[in-house]
Amino acid sequence: MASHNLALRHQFDDVAQQKDASTFGMWLFLATEVLFFGGMFCCYTVYRSLYPAAFGVASNHLSLVWGGVSTAVLICSSYFMACAVNSGATGKKTAIVAYLAITILFAVAFLVIEMSEWHGLYEEGLMPGFNFTFHEGDFRHVQLFYCLYFSMTGLHASHVTIGIGILLTMLIRAARGAFSAGYYTPIEISGLYWHFVDLVWIYLFPLYYLIARHVHQG
Amino acid sequence: MSEHIVTKRQYAIVFLILLILTLTTTWASYFDLGKLNVVVALVIATIKASLVVLFFMHVYWQTKLTKIVVVSGVAWMALLLWLTLTDIVTRGWLPFPGK
Repeated sequence: MASHNLALRHQFDDVAQQKDASTFGMWLFLATEVLFFGGMFCCYTVYRSLYPAAFGVASNHLSLVWGGVSTAVLICSSYFMACAVNSGATGKKTAIVAYLAITILFAVAFLVIEMSEWHGLYEEGLMPGFNFTFHEGDFRHVQLFYCLYFSMTGLHASHVTIGIGILLTMLIRAARGAFSAGYYTPIEISGLYWHFVDLVWIYLFPLYYLIARHVHQG
Repeated sequence: MSEHIVTKRQYAIVFLILLILTLTTTWASYFDLGKLNVVVALVIATIKASLVVLFFMHVYWQTKLTKIVVVSGVAWMALLLWLTLTDIVTRGWLPFPGK
């Protein structure tokens, strides 16, 4: 598929229309993703407003530094993805491969940091269902916080993993010369998915690592 | 429209602003601002998210149809939060001071 310059399917008038249709379709999918994550964000909002003190205690067990670093790592990854799209649009084929490789490296770095954080929480006995051994104060609601934390960051991490698979596919196709300035839509669409993953983390970071740090008992 | 090519320089500017905002929001969390901590963190997150959507995801240059999809995604999410919270906050469960 699409090894030649103009991969125009017969149902479209021109390349621009085909690209607009692909972009529109991807955004429809992303709108459903907003609601997929939205249900979990809603759940978080309700329980945080019910148990602010326990959420504050729980939040202080997360590492602010590593949370910040992983946010920066994902933003870097997003930036290099954007550069890959730019290289696609200007027809620089080797640059596409290089930028996608850097994007993937940052994505892997993000997952490594996140898994070491999860491991740290497991060691502290804060992983519900595995070894939750935290028994101070309002520990049931601390457990609720960690259920939400692992569910939401876990769903996000699964998106990162799928994203790495998509980007690797794009990297292989780009290396084989599948794209040109006239046809780079798959890179642009993969970019949309990748930026969406960054977008979710932009909200997860403050909600879990930042806003509950000064919530006091009572 | 879809033929617009965003330059690396434009991406770099957005990238720098995103990093600065990440530092700002982390720094702000060290101060006890009471209820304002939540507001500051979410306002900064929303500015960052808007920058990503508009420039990294090119929505600024997209067709009206795509813009409508983006806005409606956010609108349904707002509806979900709003209608759920109208229930939760009116049941007298929340630990409001003075209640």
